[in-house]
Amino acid sequence: MNGRKLPRITVWRAVFAALMIAGVYATYLRVRYGLGGVTNLNDQFPWGIWIGFDILCGVGLAAGGFTLVAVVHIFNIEKYHPILRPSILTAFLGYVLVVFALLFDLGRPDRVWHPLVMWNPHSVMFEVAWCVTLYTTVLALEFAPMVFERLGWKTPLAWMKFISVPLMILGVILSTLHQSSLGSVYLIVPHKLYALWYTPVLPVFFFLSAICAGLAMTIFESWHSSKAFGRKLELPLAAGLARVLAVLLMVLLFSRFLDLSQRGALGLLRENRSETWLFGLEILLLATPMVLLFQRRVRWDPAKLYGCAVMVIFGFIANRLNVSVTGMEAGSGTHYVPRWTEVAVTLAIIALGFALFRVVAQYFPVFEEQEASVTEDVRDGRLPDAQEVSCTSASRLESRLRA
Amino acid sequence: MSKAILYDSTLCIGCKSCEAACAERWRLPYNDRVAAETRLSAHKLTAIQTYGDHFSRRLCMHCVRPTCASVCPVGALHKTSLGPVVYDADKCMGCRYCMMACPFQVPTYEWNRRLPKVRKCDMCYDRQRAGKPTACAEACPTGATTCGDRDALIAEARRRLAEKPGTYYPRIYGLEEVGGTSVLYLSAVPFEQIGLRTTLPAQPLPQLTWRVLEAVPDVVSVGSVLLGGIWWITNRRDEVRRAEGGKR
Repeated sequence: MNGRKLPRITVWRAVFAALMIAGVYATYLRVRYGLGGVTNLNDQFPWGIWIGFDILCGVGLAAGGFTLVAVVHIFNIEKYHPILRPSILTAFLGYVLVVFALLFDLGRPDRVWHPLVMWNPHSVMFEVAWCVTLYTTVLALEFAPMVFERLGWKTPLAWMKFISVPLMILGVILSTLHQSSLGSVYLIVPHKLYALWYTPVLPVFFFLSAICAGLAMTIFESWHSSKAFGRKLELPLAAGLARVLAVLLMVLLFSRFLDLSQRGALGLLRENRSETWLFGLEILLLATPMVLLFQRRVRWDPAKLYGCAVMVIFGFIANRLNVSVTGMEAGSGTHYVPRWTEVAVTLAIIALGFALFRVVAQYFPVFEEQEASVTEDVRDGRLPDAQEVSCTSASRLESRLRA
Repeated sequence: MSKAILYDSTLCIGCKSCEAACAERWRLPYNDRVAAETRLSAHKLTAIQTYGDHFSRRLCMHCVRPTCASVCPVGALHKTSLGPVVYDADKCMGCRYCMMACPFQVPTYEWNRRLPKVRKCDMCYDRQRAGKPTACAEACPTGATTCGDRDALIAEARRRLAEKPGTYYPRIYGLEEVGGTSVLYLSAVPFEQIGLRTTLPAQPLPQLTWRVLEAVPDVVSVGSVLLGGIWWITNRRDEVRRAEGGKR
């Protein structure tokens, strides 16, 4: 679009540049002064937002990849095929960035490979390390066909077809294991984690909520791609996912309250303390989109659908931060607020994720071909009506955009 | 025989000789400023605390079923047959899960180093292997800290409780907490009044995660068969539909 001219300065590019500069400076400080110099972590509170957000939320928000793979390739629901590749790309970039973020948090990032060699099968973290390593490899292989197609390599593409089904099954199993295991990590701290969140079924809740977050991210990412690449929104597909999302949210919320009442923890909701309010916020951010998404007119309205997806994403983030940060404060007898450098690294990694997605989606065949007539409306900033939207594909969009 | 430490709060005079001996053994700096600190840290592996008229001592509890050793992804921590829970800095990658998980908040971190390590008491593993008492027990002038075989120390603690029932709160801390610890406490007052966590379960914490980890092989085997089966059925349905010329 810009040809060989210098890239135009837009607000988003300026924000991106600012975040990158802050992130690079914070990285320098991290390397120079160690964890104590850039974080507000201490012996009482050893895990902060680099674990709570970058790792826990990062992995959960990338769950759309395995969910869509299961839907399209294992349950063979072919109509969702057009949004499969973007979800795989989101997941792949998500995991790469999670591993990158982990390097900031580890005291000895040069030893990140140790769990692969020095085993302790009794450790949840050991299992997570293996699953994340293997699943990132699976995602790289699931992404590889897009690279091969772009390069026009026929032979490796044929190989990929051959191994694709076992590979996808492996991916779904590895995801199931480590998405839930991130919850199991907190099973060991019954004395620290506040009772609104600590439950023996934490792994099940982590798994369920990760699928919700993954679906919400898929809707979120479809909406943004439609804006950024001048594509039409795959509305029937997004609306279909939204219906599943509403049902899953209902199951999640119902089982969480059932669990609270089983453990006799419902009474905690009457206590006026910050945990109660943060729990309320988390539930509100999940229950509101659930109620809204049960309505057809909300699901078929791109703006409202997008709003609901954003709410689910924030509800999910609130949940993970409650488990990993706010719910741990009272039990640790301390108060933790991240230092600016912690926030700077986190924001820079998020910005990097958006930028990488955009660049990769531009140069590799991530999106399927679409009818160009509809896309022009979108490029003008208008979204097509539900009736206009169809799933057929005709001419290559990118060539038109480049022209 | 498993070694242990018995700390009798009623005998402690708060002289902090144990702190000084510990610092010397680890070659850590020890001065008035460090002595004034009441928290464990990377440069202070044992600490005397004051609660009104009573003293308490913090150090690694050397659990019989240590949580830290169970959570460490690289197995850098382990319970030796001699009793001490020891740390191998060459394996540690600095994930700090041990610090998160420890029910006694014992492991500390060298936050301001570029190549940091976890620090905690190792019950003088090298000295004990050579048959010597721990540095803290050797330094204690009143016998508040003694070391020896765990069973013998439990018997000794019971003897003291029986002999002077008026002096002691009638329990031994560390007998049952999270499956038992190799540091045992006697006190004149209930243990929460000298800063010990009394809400811990008698069950070893590693069981909480092992219950879930045990299920991993089942999830993998049942999951693969189930997903493979679902794929086969749905795929076959499509193939049949295509072969019969119907619409997809």
